[in-house]
Amino acid sequence: MNIIVCVKQVPETNKAEVDPVTGVIKREGFDAKTNPYDLYALETALRLKEKYSGTVTVITMGPGQAEDVIKEAYSMGADNGILISDRRFAGSDVLATSYALSQGIKSSGGFDLIICGKQTTDGDTAQVGPEIGEHLNIPSVANVLEIIDVRDNKITVKTDMPATVETIRVTLPCLLCVSENIFQPRLPSYIKKHETKDKPVKILTLDDFTDKGPEKYGLDGSPTRVKRIFPPEVNDRREMIHGTSDELAGKIYSTLSDLKLI
Amino acid sequence: MGSLLINQDRIADKEGFIKLCPFNALAIKDGNVTINAGCRMCMLCVKKSLNGEIEFKKEDLTLDKSKWNGICVYVDHEAGEIHPVTYELICKAKELAGKIGHKVYCLYIGSDIKKNARELLHYGIDEVIVCDYPALSKFRIEPYTAVFESYINTYKPCAILIGATPVGRQLAPRVAARFKTGLTADCTILDILDNTDLVQIRPAFGGNIMAEILTPASRPQMATVRYKVMTPAARIATETGKITFMPVNEGMLKSDIEVLHTKKKEKAKSLEQADIIVAAGRGVKTRDDMNMIYELANALGAEVAATRPLVEAGWFDSRRQIGLSGRTVRPKLIVTCGVSGTVQFAAGMNASDNIIAINNNPDAPIFKVAHYGIVGDIYEIVPKLTERIKSAGRV
Ligand SMILES: Cc1cc2nc3c(=O)[nH]c(=O)nc-3n(C[C@H](O)[C@H](O)[C@H](O)COP(=O)(O)OP(=O)(O)OC[C@H]3O[C@@H](n4cnc5c(N)ncnc54)[C@H](O)[C@@H]3O)c2cc1C
Ligand SMILES: Nc1ncnc2c1ncn2[C@@H]1O[C@H](COP(=O)(O)O)[C@@H](O)[C@H]1O
Repeated sequence: MNIIVCVKQVPETNKAEVDPVTGVIKREGFDAKTNPYDLYALETALRLKEKYSGTVTVITMGPGQAEDVIKEAYSMGADNGILISDRRFAGSDVLATSYALSQGIKSSGGFDLIICGKQTTDGDTAQVGPEIGEHLNIPSVANVLEIIDVRDNKITVKTDMPATVETIRVTLPCLLCVSENIFQPRLPSYIKKHETKDKPVKILTLDDFTDKGPEKYGLDGSPTRVKRIFPPEVNDRREMIHGTSDELAGKIYSTLSDLKLI
Repeated sequence: MGSLLINQDRIADKEGFIKLCPFNALAIKDGNVTINAGCRMCMLCVKKSLNGEIEFKKEDLTLDKSKWNGICVYVDHEAGEIHPVTYELICKAKELAGKIGHKVYCLYIGSDIKKNARELLHYGIDEVIVCDYPALSKFRIEPYTAVFESYINTYKPCAILIGATPVGRQLAPRVAARFKTGLTADCTILDILDNTDLVQIRPAFGGNIMAEILTPASRPQMATVRYKVMTPAARIATETGKITFMPVNEGMLKSDIEVLHTKKKEKAKSLEQADIIVAAGRGVKTRDDMNMIYELANALGAEVAATRPLVEAGWFDSRRQIGLSGRTVRPKLIVTCGVSGTVQFAAGMNASDNIIAINNNPDAPIFKVAHYGIVGDIYEIVPKLTERIKSAGRV
């Protein structure tokens, strides 16, 4: 089974502040890490490989330094790594990102299964996975809690729905977005890290894609536009309320209904 | 933003023309002049196109926004049962549609849903589009996307609002990608401009900043919206609007997904996921007294949490502990009952949207972090509050 895992590099913390004058995001440092949710995707792929054999290919789109997430994946046991990097991809929103990833996946050879994380900690949309599925015209399943088995070219999984847990069987190839409850990700192995020190990472640019139309990528390929960013309203009210217990219970009750919490 | 339009028939000398570009981004492919990835949008070719060989098309000129009309609400449901976020979206859709003189549509996809569809007519909408087939009884991504596509192609809605539920969050991106349009996730505030552009505001970076997002040059505009941030529409006794059944062909109902089995979920959620938390502290004197806390939590649909001393006393699993050595929570509401609010505890909950603290000591530190500080005895207030919430539910 050939499995592709989509992994993104994200900022170390999501503590960000908006400069009230310039409207620019001030970040605390520029340290980057692997999107924690994607480690669950990678762990799922490694377990499937251990059980059913095959290969695990990690793919990421980002600047050159995003290569680090592939190195980390190598030290966890991934077989191949692809970095999609091109300045023409700068400014991509969900549509442009998912399209570039789908093109990268297409040009990386065949696959049986694509696994994505639940969401990223910076983009935080949980939309890239299903959109990749759409571009590749394969079924996609989100909120995957558990893998039951792979048999007869079908994978059986449990997924989380609002009021139920569904067991579903999906024909391969397909795309899964896995929940963080699926498996505990393994730690990178020191030995593997050493062994894969010089293992190459395949770099793809727009020129490697079948669809080279520059208008489909980066800012041009992004239908959404961020108009402005601003700090959230912080609830800085501090009110002390005294009274009889009836009054106090009544006051809490009316506060709850004003807040639409009951 | 915009794109370059090549008028092939106006280019007399193709070989000569492509030399205009300093980046070698113009090339000849199958006898036509094309622009490749080398283009920097420097506009030199446009400036030198004296006969209009290459034109710059501003993106909003290519889209005729007046062709896209109506605000659509996707009716979220499981087994036909309408998710309450739907009524919140209807209320917002009515407000937005009112501003630009559009209609409000509901799209309801499922099986055996005709009866529930009538219920939607009590909320002041214009039309419910119902697609009702046995193959749609369970949510499966391909047929639901196909039906959605058919609806959009027929109705051409200006904007579509979808609940950010486990279904909405995967259906919306499939549909958005099919139409190559924008989708903004998890919006908390929505507005609309006179030119029908939807103003979508969502928290980003873990809620540390807010982003305002527009989809200025694509239609339909799509947004998923968080549950419980908008006011639900009020039910009106009389029915208005109409129901239209939308037929689809068999091919669109095909799926590579088979639902083998569904199991009802147990309610218990982790503290981090809870929207509402009731936290108990040492003000609760005995384990039996915890009952009043559980009753309040039940009435509120809340999870119960505790301070460290109660966990150490063995009344709670350590997963229920909030604080420095416990969990960090950020619910919409936390009600603390008999909690002093030491820094170690407050560190785990002071980012909550709303904090109501009940404590009989007016000097308790919890009142420094509480938005609503209730000075009084939990043994009197908590049962009275529970009773009020319950009796309101009975009306
Ligand atoms: C390193 C370290 C880490 C820690 N980590 C945590 C942690 O993660 N989580 C945590 O909770 N604690 C933690 N603690 C312990 C913490 O310092 C406090 O001891 C604890 O939070 C106090 O819990 P409490 O508010 O329930 O009890 P108390 O401090 O005893 O407060 C009880 C409160 O209830 C009020 N009260 C009493 N009767 C009533 C009544 N009838 N009606 C209304 N109010 C009433 C009192 O006025 C008082 O304010 C930590 C301590 C250390 C040193
Ligand atoms: N730039 C990227 N490179 C690789 N995978 C990505 C990228 N962006 C998103 N993904 C995948 O899509 C999932 C959802 O991301 P998001 O929609 O940003 O929340 C992530 O968990 C990743 O698996």
